[in-house]
Amino acid sequence: MADWDVRDLEYWDEKIREKVEEFGLSCYPQEFEICDHFQMLGYMAYSGMPSHYPHWSYGKSYEKLKTMYDYGVSGLPYEMVINSSPALAYLMRDNSLCLQVLTVAHVYGHNDFFKNNFTFKSTRAELTLNVFKIHADRIRGYIEDPSIGIEKVEPVLDAAHALSLQCRRNLAIKKLSLEEERERVLDVAQPVPDPFQRVHKRQEYTAPDFHKVPLSPEEDLLLFIRDHNPYLSEWERDLLSIAHEEAQYFIPQIETKIMNEGWASYWHREILNSLHLPQDLHLEFLVRHNQVVRPFPRGSLNPYHLGLKVWDDIKRRHDEPTREEIEKYGKPTKTGTQAIFEAREVDRDVSFLRRFLTEELMREMDMFQYEPRGDELVIAKVSDKDSWREVKETLLKNVGMGSVPVIKIEDADYSHNRALYLKHSHDSRDLQLEYAERTLAYLHQLWGHEVILETVVNGKKVLLSYSDKGFSTKPLK
Amino acid sequence: METTFRPYSSSDSLRSDRSAGDRQRHRQKVRESIRDNIADLIAEESIIGKDKDKIIKVPIRGVKEYRFIYGENVPGVGQGDGNSQPGQVIGRSQGEGRGQGQDKAGDQPGVDYYETDVTLEELIEIMFEDLELPDMERKILREVMSERLSKRKGYRRAGIRIRLDKKRTAVARIRRRLAVARSRGDDWDEERRFPFHDDDLIYRHMVEDVRPESNAVVLCIMDTSGSMDTMKKYLARSFFFLLYQFVCTKYRNVRIVFLAHHTESREVTEEEFFHKGESGGTFISSGYNKALEIIQERYHPSLWNIYAFHCSDGDNFESDNPAALKAAKQLCEVCNLFGYGEIKPLGSRYYESSMLNIFRRLEADNFQTVLIERKEDIWPSFKAFLAKERHREAEVAAET
Repeated sequence: MADWDVRDLEYWDEKIREKVEEFGLSCYPQEFEICDHFQMLGYMAYSGMPSHYPHWSYGKSYEKLKTMYDYGVSGLPYEMVINSSPALAYLMRDNSLCLQVLTVAHVYGHNDFFKNNFTFKSTRAELTLNVFKIHADRIRGYIEDPSIGIEKVEPVLDAAHALSLQCRRNLAIKKLSLEEERERVLDVAQPVPDPFQRVHKRQEYTAPDFHKVPLSPEEDLLLFIRDHNPYLSEWERDLLSIAHEEAQYFIPQIETKIMNEGWASYWHREILNSLHLPQDLHLEFLVRHNQVVRPFPRGSLNPYHLGLKVWDDIKRRHDEPTREEIEKYGKPTKTGTQAIFEAREVDRDVSFLRRFLTEELMREMDMFQYEPRGDELVIAKVSDKDSWREVKETLLKNVGMGSVPVIKIEDADYSHNRALYLKHSHDSRDLQLEYAERTLAYLHQLWGHEVILETVVNGKKVLLSYSDKGFSTKPLK
Repeated sequence: METTFRPYSSSDSLRSDRSAGDRQRHRQKVRESIRDNIADLIAEESIIGKDKDKIIKVPIRGVKEYRFIYGENVPGVGQGDGNSQPGQVIGRSQGEGRGQGQDKAGDQPGVDYYETDVTLEELIEIMFEDLELPDMERKILREVMSERLSKRKGYRRAGIRIRLDKKRTAVARIRRRLAVARSRGDDWDEERRFPFHDDDLIYRHMVEDVRPESNAVVLCIMDTSGSMDTMKKYLARSFFFLLYQFVCTKYRNVRIVFLAHHTESREVTEEEFFHKGESGGTFISSGYNKALEIIQERYHPSLWNIYAFHCSDGDNFESDNPAALKAAKQLCEVCNLFGYGEIKPLGSRYYESSMLNIFRRLEADNFQTVLIERKEDIWPSFKAFLAKERHREAEVAAET
């Protein structure tokens, strides 16, 4: 059983917090809850939220986690932190003291990141727990309402979940109101001022079409449907809003997975190394730390490993650059600490890797690009002189929200019968068609009229459509 | 900055099985999904003729969470041990619907495909959830005893202690006391002890409850002639296997008779029926006549609900056709339902003769034919057999 009690944790926590302040991390108040593995599985299934609305997908997620845990396929995470103020973290009762100390330090790393990284600014951490609770209460209310009930709520939630990640990715960019959108469209339509107006032919002015809905392509699918399908009832609109808000809450975490895990791992290592742990704890710490940040066996990338590598590299390149590096990147203008604290504030995974993942680092980590060939996954390119840029580009495409296709609504009254016309911004990656078909079915269910998706399959433009008659595809001329 | 530790509380833990409801809902969905895909599952050869405890891997399709995702031909980035070279194979790509069982659950984002284990018994239960033997009349007289249940019937002065009716016993004592008090007149002391007497004790009486259960017999008639090749036999057996499982699951008191026929016909055991092959020509009438004979002998139509099902490739000797038709007519008269399944693997329909045309002349409400061309047809045709009558009942119910 556990070799510690809460007093031990408080003792170490105090020491860790001293270090946290000394290193200049700035955190939300922190709350730790000690739980057993059943509770942990429960928290994991519901994204860590103490209160969350019910849906069968969470039951499925629980079963899956439990099966994997029972069969030893995967262990449980040592910790789980949620982005809220106070930040809420769960510690597993059965973990050893060393693991708890490591976890506590790790949690402060995440906490600092949640508080300071720009992507999280839109999440309103102080309201998180309440918002989730209110959502849960509202949805339970609909389920218990005899005129609605689970049979009606569930299909709407199924559809909303399918589409919830089809929303704006960069929440730091303000969403324009309809008024502002109109002004913007007018501005864009104005001809560019021409200094040779007198000698040139007068520029044509085409008035923007204000009858078009949406005025410019719209990425928030659920919100658009909520606002533009008049046949939805109030509770259906509410479900769409809730699903949308949840997705928006989690997007920053998707967008900063590598940075965030790397950052927390960086600081738990720094903190524990400065704590002067007794030798037995220190040895166990080294073992555990390496378990967490070692690269996965061939295939996928371990975000802990990759993140930590890059943070270390930034620090080293600024503090002790080699001569070649000075030649190549110029003399550093900041100290290593300044550089990493700046990056933790202004970057997300895509920009972070684009800015700081160097050719040398990629080669050191032996990063490669793989492609399916027949039944097998085959290494196509390695990070050598010629192709490291391509490998890097592929990586950048796949991190964060890059793994979610960008699909925007172009027209809500296509061919004048309220068909919804969407366009997939194709970037050499084709959609998985079975999934596209089923997701379009959900979209059709919510929209109530035909939905049409323009995409590219095997290099050819295709229209996928879902109407009352079912799914169909046709090539686009 | 403040930090709080909330210590472990086992009562919280006990009360916090928060996902129970969602798990149950998920399991319901899995079950629905299995039922929707049952036709495909039945077509799997591994199921037919297997033990009830056999565990079957069932791919779950209905509970995927669909989103817009990228296809499988998308390149990714990985990390090696320092010796990666172009052309090295690092793993298998995870195409869907192929190599089931080897894929680990969810180790690649987006691929949401997994299997669940169910026993054959469970599967059969799910399959037959909403099917019933149609048109079950309540035939009297011979009651196959259903479950031995007891029901209450009156009271007795004698009985076993456990059946003592306390209230009635107490009432009997009060009654006796009042009677004694009246008979004694003034001589009665209210406070006096008045114990229970053996005469007060009243016991509930139980009788065995024989619920009249309709009697049913199912006659499985299979063509085992030489023209029934492996494929045809397999289809016929699959069909009967389903029927057999269905009858066993749904009705405890249903008799099943297995008949195999070529030019002659005989009654066989379950084991022989499902596992043995024979050869020879085909006289369908022989099977029917044998069935009629058995019905006459053992299962008189006034007492029994009779269901007969026949599977054959329809390749009957021409000379036997009139006799077969006549026997079929007789079977229709005595049976609640007589079903004929013609097994014609795709393509063979054109050059082989068919009984379907001949049976078309048979005009009886309780006669039904289906054509089974491939294994995927088994389940729909099976349902068609059993659903026809229910459909009619529903119509009647709607009219009244």
